[in-house]
Amino acid sequence: MAEMLERADFLAAFWMTLRLAVLGTVGALLLGMVVAIMRVSPFTSLQFFARTYVTLIRNSPLTLILFFCVFGLQNSLGMRVGDDLSTQNLFWGVVAISVYHASFIAEALRSGVNTIPLGQAEAARAIGLPFGASLRHVIMPQAVRGAVAPVGNVIIALTKNTTVAATVGIAELASRMKTSIEFFPNLLYLIFVLVAVCFVVLTLPTGLFFTWLSRKVAVQR
Amino acid sequence: MLSGVNKHFGDLHVLQDIDLTIHRGEVVIVIGPSGSGKSTLCRTINRLEPYESGSITIDGKELPSEGRELARLRADVGMVFQSFNLFAHKTILENITLGPVKVRKQKPEAARKRAMELLERVGVAHQAEKYPAQLSGGQQQRVAIARALAMEPKVMLFDEPTSALDPEMINEVLDVMTDLAREGMTMVVVTHEMGFARKAANRVVFMSDGQVVEQADPETFFTAPRSERARDFLGKILTH
Ligand SMILES: Nc1ncnc2c1ncn2[C@@H]1O[C@H](COP(=O)(O)OP(=O)(O)O)[C@@H](O)[C@H]1O
Ligand SMILES: [Mg+2]
Repeated sequence: MAEMLERADFLAAFWMTLRLAVLGTVGALLLGMVVAIMRVSPFTSLQFFARTYVTLIRNSPLTLILFFCVFGLQNSLGMRVGDDLSTQNLFWGVVAISVYHASFIAEALRSGVNTIPLGQAEAARAIGLPFGASLRHVIMPQAVRGAVAPVGNVIIALTKNTTVAATVGIAELASRMKTSIEFFPNLLYLIFVLVAVCFVVLTLPTGLFFTWLSRKVAVQR
Repeated sequence: MLSGVNKHFGDLHVLQDIDLTIHRGEVVIVIGPSGSGKSTLCRTINRLEPYESGSITIDGKELPSEGRELARLRADVGMVFQSFNLFAHKTILENITLGPVKVRKQKPEAARKRAMELLERVGVAHQAEKYPAQLSGGQQQRVAIARALAMEPKVMLFDEPTSALDPEMINEVLDVMTDLAREGMTMVVVTHEMGFARKAANRVVFMSDGQVVEQADPETFFTAPRSERARDFLGKILTH
């Protein structure tokens, strides 16, 4: 077993999964926020773009988006970032995960916007706040508070979806799991448990944190 | 102030050739059956609703139709809603300072000081650090009035400010409004509170089906309305 742990280098795999999950979350939150703002903006062209983005991306498999990034953008079009292969793979993995989950974040934020009574925006306009300021000081803070729980769910899903990165050879947990099973078939169940524990270590605290946060910041009406 | 204003919602002609001048320091009550366009009139005055024809001017200046210009102008028109609409995620104090700091560019310290004075005036200073949901309806509405006053508006619009309130809270809000009227604030108030109208108003405007049907001083209007529709309407609310 010690040999297995050493050969498979689960620690490095865990570190890779962690990076995919954290960087992917940051990217998804930023991009999702931008898309959500477009969606509620008064400009029809931006609304249209945001709606198309969400519909298109949310209904495509993550694997397809990842393949498009790695084989389409990186290999065929030669869009290279960083010099070594593993950095490049990590980069495109993060991009695909961010782009895909941003559509879910945008929807979660929009559901947060929908929990805000219309009167809040009207009151903001009535005291003379321009669109951007009422978004920043009145709408978005309330939307984010209302969206904490669904955003938490997206982040948990995102963490588990990082396993898709195995399909393009990124050395994260799922890919290490596969190779370990090939080399140590007798340790099959141990490997399963080990990988499961790695993910629970990531997702359980996330879930608890978001539940706590959503209670703490909930807007009382 | 308003001349020949028209507005439609689809086929519905909600405002039909409204001509209305409100003088500085005047208190005008707007009264009329539900659906007659009173709220729409208020919302049109500060352009929360666009209108199709006619013109609305404040101190001789036409309302700009879009953007920052309009936002600045809205700051000159205070609005108090039926459902208070306090910012739910901000404390009472922050509700009041937001506009002065972000729109009027006052220093936060000065804005806070002024906000406390206003809260003192409407009688909820001791609640300054609480959130809106922790206050009673009457207190929330008084905060909403303070929030509008903090912008130093030229005119204040009240759209049925007491109709979402429990009966015992109506007077605390009307008292604040009566004081305001006495201090010379220009006010347009949609309300069916006749006691307030008699005490504070200079003029009553009766609306029905999107038209201004009749205007008179409160005493004349309530005792001897000229139009059939006004008599009808008063008959209905008086028998309650
Ligand atoms: N946003 C809207 N879209 C369509 N119709 C509306 C809208 N707001 C109000 N109306 C209609 O306009 C008419 C006048 O409404 P309103 O101004 O709220 O009347 P009041 O305040 O006098 O009760 C009503 O028939 C109402 O149904
Ligand atoms: Mg109304």
